[in-house]
Parts: sequence; C-alpha cells; structure tokens
Amino acid sequence: MSDILLEEIPLPAPAGRSHVLRRFVRHRLAVLGVVLIALLGIGAAGAPWLAPHDPDEIAISERYAPPFTAGRVLGADDLGRDVFSRLLYAGRISLAVGVAAMLVTLIVGFAIGAFAAYYGGWIDTLLMRLTDVMLCFPSVFLLLFVAAFVTPGLGSIALMIGLTCWMEIARIVHAQILALKSADFIAAAELAGAPAWRIVLRQILPNTLAPILVAATLNTANAILLESYISFLGYGIQPPQASWGNMLTNAQSDFQVDAWLAFFPGLAITLAVASFNFIGDALRDALDPRLRDA
Amino acid sequence: MTALLEVRDLRVAFGAAAAVDGVSFTVAPGETLGLVGESGCGKSTTALALMRLLHGAVTGGSAHFDGRDLLALDRPAMRGVRGAEIAMIFQDPGTALHPLIRVGEQVTEAIRAHQAVSAAVARARALDLFRQVGIATPELRLRAYPHQLSGGMCQRVMIAAAIACSPRLLLADEPTTALDVTVQAQILELLQTISRATGMAVILITHDLGVVAGMADRVAVMYAGRIVEMAPTAALFAAPAHPYTRGLLGAVPRLDQGWDDELPIIPGSVATAIAASGCRFAPRCPRADRSCRATPPLAPVAEGHLAACWHSG
Amino acid sequence: MSTKLIEAIGLARHYRLGTRVLRALDGVDLAIGRAETLGLVGESGSGKSTLGRTLVGLQPPSRGSVRFDGMDTKGATGAVLRQLRRRRQLVFQDPSGALNPRMTIGATLTEHLRVQGWERAAVRARVPQVLAAAGLSAAHAPRYPHELSGGQRQRAVIARAISTDPDFLVADEPVSALDVSTRAQIINLLRSLQRDRGLGMLFISHDLSVVAHMCSRVAVMYLGRIVELAPREALFAAPLHPYTVALLSAVPLPDPVRERSRNRIILRGEPPDPADPPPGCRFHPRCRLASAICTRVDPPLRWFGPHHAAACHHAGEQAAASAAGGPVRINAGRPAEEGGAGQMR
Repeated sequence: MSDILLEEIPLPAPAGRSHVLRRFVRHRLAVLGVVLIALLGIGAAGAPWLAPHDPDEIAISERYAPPFTAGRVLGADDLGRDVFSRLLYAGRISLAVGVAAMLVTLIVGFAIGAFAAYYGGWIDTLLMRLTDVMLCFPSVFLLLFVAAFVTPGLGSIALMIGLTCWMEIARIVHAQILALKSADFIAAAELAGAPAWRIVLRQILPNTLAPILVAATLNTANAILLESYISFLGYGIQPPQASWGNMLTNAQSDFQVDAWLAFFPGLAITLAVASFNFIGDALRDALDPRLRDA
Repeated sequence: MTALLEVRDLRVAFGAAAAVDGVSFTVAPGETLGLVGESGCGKSTTALALMRLLHGAVTGGSAHFDGRDLLALDRPAMRGVRGAEIAMIFQDPGTALHPLIRVGEQVTEAIRAHQAVSAAVARARALDLFRQVGIATPELRLRAYPHQLSGGMCQRVMIAAAIACSPRLLLADEPTTALDVTVQAQILELLQTISRATGMAVILITHDLGVVAGMADRVAVMYAGRIVEMAPTAALFAAPAHPYTRGLLGAVPRLDQGWDDELPIIPGSVATAIAASGCRFAPRCPRADRSCRATPPLAPVAEGHLAACWHSG
Repeated sequence: MSTKLIEAIGLARHYRLGTRVLRALDGVDLAIGRAETLGLVGESGSGKSTLGRTLVGLQPPSRGSVRFDGMDTKGATGAVLRQLRRRRQLVFQDPSGALNPRMTIGATLTEHLRVQGWERAAVRARVPQVLAAAGLSAAHAPRYPHELSGGQRQRAVIARAISTDPDFLVADEPVSALDVSTRAQIINLLRSLQRDRGLGMLFISHDLSVVAHMCSRVAVMYLGRIVELAPREALFAAPLHPYTVALLSAVPLPDPVRERSRNRIILRGEPPDPADPPPGCRFHPRCRLASAICTRVDPPLRWFGPHHAAACHHAGEQAAASAAGGPVRINAGRPAEEGGAGQMR
C-alpha cells in the first residue's frame, strides 16, 4: 500500500474570496464609494416611491424656489419642477446608461480581444490595429459625431458610449489571453478536444476576470461622465426627461443667480464618478494575485 | 584550524513565519560545505541572510567572518565584504546578469567596484578570468550580451565575476539546477578546480544529493528552517543518523542500483506537514513518539557528526 | 503489427524563426508497444517535448506520420478522433501550470470528462474514483490548486490524464519540478499505474536515474534526432553512442565513494543551436571519437543486434569493445551483439 499514499491534508478554510474582501475593505474611500453608489442606486431605483413630486410637474408659482422652501428639499428649477425628484429620476437614466454602456464595452471588448488573441495571425493584426485606430480618436468627439446621426434615447446613448469605449477592455483581454494561451492547462483542454469557445469561456475568462472587473468599474464611471457631457451639450437625453447632464445645461443660464441648481446634479455626477473610480482602484489592489499572501 | 565563517543561531523571519530557525555551522578556509534540503527548507534564505540581502528579516544570531560579525557590520563595510571577500552565484544565471550590458563590462565593473585599477587593467583581468572559467574565444565573448550566451556560458560569466576579486568564500545557490547534465558536470568541475587552486571556501546550496556527494567535504541537511544533520560527506552517506536524511537518501532513484524496486518514500510533503513545536519532522517521521514533542538539539552522534534527533543516539 | 501501440514514422516538426527554420524534430522513427514504457532522454533543445506533444496529437507533424493502434492519426474526425483523444493523454512537467488556477480540482476533472462527452451522472461517479487511483481523496475535489502541495497537484494532473482510461500516456518530465521526497511518491504512483492498467508510456526526462527506474527501453535524443535506442540494461551497461556515454558519466551518483572514483567524461562545449546544427554528425563538435567522416556524413540510425540501435560512425568499434568486456558495467544486462548492422526499417 505504500505506493499510493494519502497525504495528510490540513484543510484550510477555502479562503480566496474573504482575503479579497479583507484587502478591499482596507481602502476606506472605496468602502465609502460602495455606500454612496448604493445610496444613489437605491434613490434611482426607488424614485417612483421616494420622489415627493412628479419630476415633470410644472409649478409656475414655485419657480426658483430655493432649497428648504415651499416644502421642497432641494428647491425647484426655472419651471418650478422639484429638483430633488428630478435628481432621483435623472439618476435612473445616468446610472442605467453607465451600467449599460459598461456592459456593451465588456461584450464588444472581450469578443474582439479574445477573438484576436485566440486565433492570432492576420485576424489578430486586423482587429488590434482597428483597436489602435479607435484609440486615436478622443471618444467625446467620436461620440458627438455619431450622436449627430442617431436619435438620442437611453438605449442608443448607452450603445454609442459602449461602442466608442471598448478598446481598453479589448487590449486587456488580448494581453491576458496571449499570456494564458501557452499555459499547459490550455494545452490539456485542447488535448481533450474542447472547442475554442469552450476554452475561452471556461478556462480563459475566469483567469482574466480580475483586470476586466477593474476596467469595467472604471468604464462605468467614464460612461456616466460621457453621458453627462453629451446631454450637457444637448445631444444626449432630451428634456423634459431628466439626466444629470441636461439638468446642468438647464441650470447654466441661471448660474450666476441660482448656483444651487447646478450644484446638486454636479455633486451627483462627481460622487458617482469618484465612487466608481475608488472602487476600481481598490479592486485593482484587492484582486492582484501577487498580493494574495499578504 | 580556525573557522573562516562561524554562523551561530541565525534566525530569519518573514512576518510571523520563521524561515530560518536557529542555524549554526562553521566553514573552514578552503572547505566546501554542502547545504542540502528541499524547497522551502531555508537553505537559500540562509545564504541571502549572510550576504545581508534580506533587509531586516534577520531576527537574531551572528555570523563571524574572519573575526567580523557580518550581521552587525555597517553598510559601507558590508559593501566592502560583499563581492570582494564573499561572492555569490545564483540558480538562474540568465536573470542574474543585467540583460542590457555586455558581459565583459559586467565583469570589469565587478573588478573596479573593489579594486582601484584602470579600465584597461580591469579588461585584461576580465579576459584572463574568462579564460580561467573555460570560455572559448574570450575576446569575442566579452562583447556579448547575456541573451547571446547559453545558460552554461552565462553561469561561467557569473563565476568569472564572482572570483574576480579572489574571494575567500563563495556562496553557490543551486548553481547547476537550471543547466543540462553535461553542462552541470562542466560547471561543477570548474568550481572544484577553482576552489582547489585558490583555497576558496564554498557553501554549495543544492537539493541534489548526487551533486554534494561529489563536491562537498562536509554536508549540512536542512529541514523546515533547521539543520537536522551535519557530518563529513562520507560519514553522512555511509551512516545517516537523522530519519529525514535516511529518507532522502532512500527516496533518490539511483542510476547504479535498484531499478525495479519500489522507491522508499517519505510520506507527506514539506509544505503540508510541519510540526509547530518540537521536532519539525515528527509528522512525517516513522520513528516519532512522545519525546519528539520537545525540540531535539543538534548533538554529536560520532566524531564530527551531529544530528538533531532523539532517536539517533 | 498489433504489438505496436503507437508508431512515429519519419516524424518531423519544424518551426519558422524569422528566416531560419528550427528543426525541433528531424526524422524520428520510433515504436512503443502495448504496456511498454519507453524512456526518452536528452538535454534541453533536443526535441523530446516536441516529440511527446506530437505523439499525443497536440501538434501536427510537419512531415511524417503518427500511427496509433494501426491507424493513421492524420485527418481523423468524429468518433475516431474522440477515441484517439480518449486513448492518448499527457502528464505535464509543471503541475502548477497544468491546472487552471481558477478551477477546483473537481471542476478540472469534470470539465475534462464533460468535454469528451461524458454524462453528468457518470462524471460524478468517476471523479472520486480517479482521485483515489492517483492517491488523492474526494476531499481534494473542492480544493483549488494553490491549496495543494506540489506533489498533490501532480497527482491531480495524473488523475485527469487517467480519467478516460487511456492506453497511452506521455509523461513529460513529470517529476522534474518536484522535491526529492515527493518525486519518489510520484515515480511509485506512475509505476503502479503502468503495471496495473497496462499503460503504454513515453516517459520523457533529462534524469537518467529516474528513467532507469521507470522504463524498460530507452531512446536518447540529440538535436531533433534519436541517436541511440536500446533496452535499458544494454544502454546503461554498454552504450554505443559517445553522447550516451557522456550523458551517463555526467549523472551525479548520491554516493561519495563511487562518485569520486568514477572516470568522468566531461563533454567539451555546449549543445549547439538547434536552428543551426553542425554539418555531418550533429554531435561531432563535442565528440571525443570524431573523425574526418563525422564532419561530412550524417550517420543514420543503424542496428547493432536485434534491439540496440545507434546513429554513430564509430558505434561498431564501440560495440566490438563492449562485446569484448569493454567499459564498466553498471548492471548486468543483455550484451550488445557485434556487427549485424542494418538500416532502420
């Protein structure tokens, strides 16, 4: 019996994930970010129940009501619409655009990066040069160019942002797969006869998840910002529907008198973008395998 | 004979984990000491600690080299010792050499770091060293970059740089592990020739018992941060006193015997079975009993032969 | 010829390196019988891993063919291809790289079997069986590779390789990355598998001592060619190729008395660049027997006796010397017969 000997296995708690959590929690700002995103998310999701007024309800008598007057927490805008309610509803749009655009960048970026790296050869060259070319254009201009031809709407804006911001993900995925392609466990899967899509999804994707997750978080922040830009410039979400970006546009003309009209949507954008960025940075540290044993 | 190097109760800890746990040994001038053990036993850490390359992980002990405590020297004094009086070569010569500097330059730099000589003199000396370590067409090789040389050739360059200042002690950390057997034989022969010719002492760190059998005068066997047995090479192989040494010797397949026999094994592995207190080998030891709960001292079992086992007396 | 399980015929594998061509395999003929373990030794760059990977079908040959159980493996599709995959498996050198770090051992085994068309229920029953056969237990299934020791990881790799009940296994340096004490455990495990399951095996190693313990027959490779092929007793007792002689003499013995009294043959120089092999016999720049003919004519693999082949112009002299009681015998073995040189079939 000596030839096959059971080794003593001390069974440590299958720990991987809690380590990641512990390192994440060490980033105070990221934890604050999670809390803020949660609050913004709850506010947006629960807008129909939380909003004290209809966001589009016009009350001429209460135009420019400052905060804490006329029963309005954050005051009313130039048409007497309730700013707090509009902020909540705008959050629905802005966050939804951010998340949807991020998903688009993920799908497009992963598909292009993975396809290029896995097949190699001229496909690789073609797709990665395309990526480089796309990276050469500042995405805001690309976006404005496209926006001129497309009817603005939540879906189309998310799609447009996604289609102009997938390059970073593609590059990350490409690099990761190139590094993994020569790993023996990939050879083992090929030997077993696993088709390419299965190798990519089962063997490669889980190993590239960490950097992708980080990039996705940062992309969400970027997408929220981009939506604000184009809405601010008038190509995005169209009034009367509120987004944080077009609320800013609205406030622009009255900025010298009623600065608080610009302050609250600006604050919402800043908080959301900063929070996603903090979370992304913390994830980068927490998921770094080199720090696994720390 | 007085010792060239006397290490006493060396302790190294990375965080809470003790990597080297009270290691003591001596090296006489001109002697080759084999430091043997499996990965993670602390043999490389010991060498790095002696070279003061561990940045504060050393938590105790002393290492007297020629009367001076290496662990207590100030930085400039240590720089004077490192490279000049004690040199080190590593397992992977490919990464130990700077990839963007010609190898000749790296050797002359090693010379000029410790000797006030002109560049021309240093280059002549490097050429001489290249011949000494058996590099064919040394003039040509001086101008090569590391990636243009094979692994064996890089290791020869490393050795040339190491012996450039005629050190009295060479720490060789798995110098042939990354090399092919025929090249390994060349490098080992070279090390032996140099050490005999110059009287340089060598600490040869390896996991390969075959390598120490041919090279070392004395052998220290390490397990989990401690020396468990130390003896003259012939005595160690003829009459291993510690169960771990016996297990290791038994577990090595040999070219010259027992082809069809089942290999005797040591159950478990270093990574998963280390006792927290007492004899660290006890969980894997066939002779372990209650007495092994106390740490056995490294005690003499014969003339010059020490073992840390309650059952080896 | 039903005794041959797998056969390489004129196998070549070339890689393009810029403008040069690296001939990693350059015309290899080799046959491995059922339940036979053939050892393959050679130094880095000799092409031994390439040969192993080509035999299991991980890489297509540039020239030549691989016949498995009598059928040509080229262009196999559908059920035939599935059978070929099931029956030929590979054990890798570095168990850490051979297991997906993000998959548990159980998931790795499950994926391996599912890909090959096993039903879920059958997989569930099979996983604990193969873990046990490889010396692990069902408790290892939910573990990630980094939670296991090196030896346990290699057992998991072996479990995956034997999970489909293959009849041919390529073991590519399966113990080189392991510690001494773990190495013996894995050698014993592979030996028991080969004995109990009648596995045919190509055992690749740079360590002749390990090969001596695993294999009945040994092939020596140098720069993409097989330079000597013989039963292990004959190879170790009476090697015919000067490279084999040097290789044997370079292996350190864990025995100070024998180690210091040996007559070492230390080779000159380094293994040449495989992309730029020397003309004539590829070994001649490092060979102590090299003569004029060696620099011009590439020696073919010739047979000296029914089981012993070598590719050396001077192997005949060597064979004569050893038949006359020549070099020191390490172990009693079949004496090599003189002459009888014939071309490889």
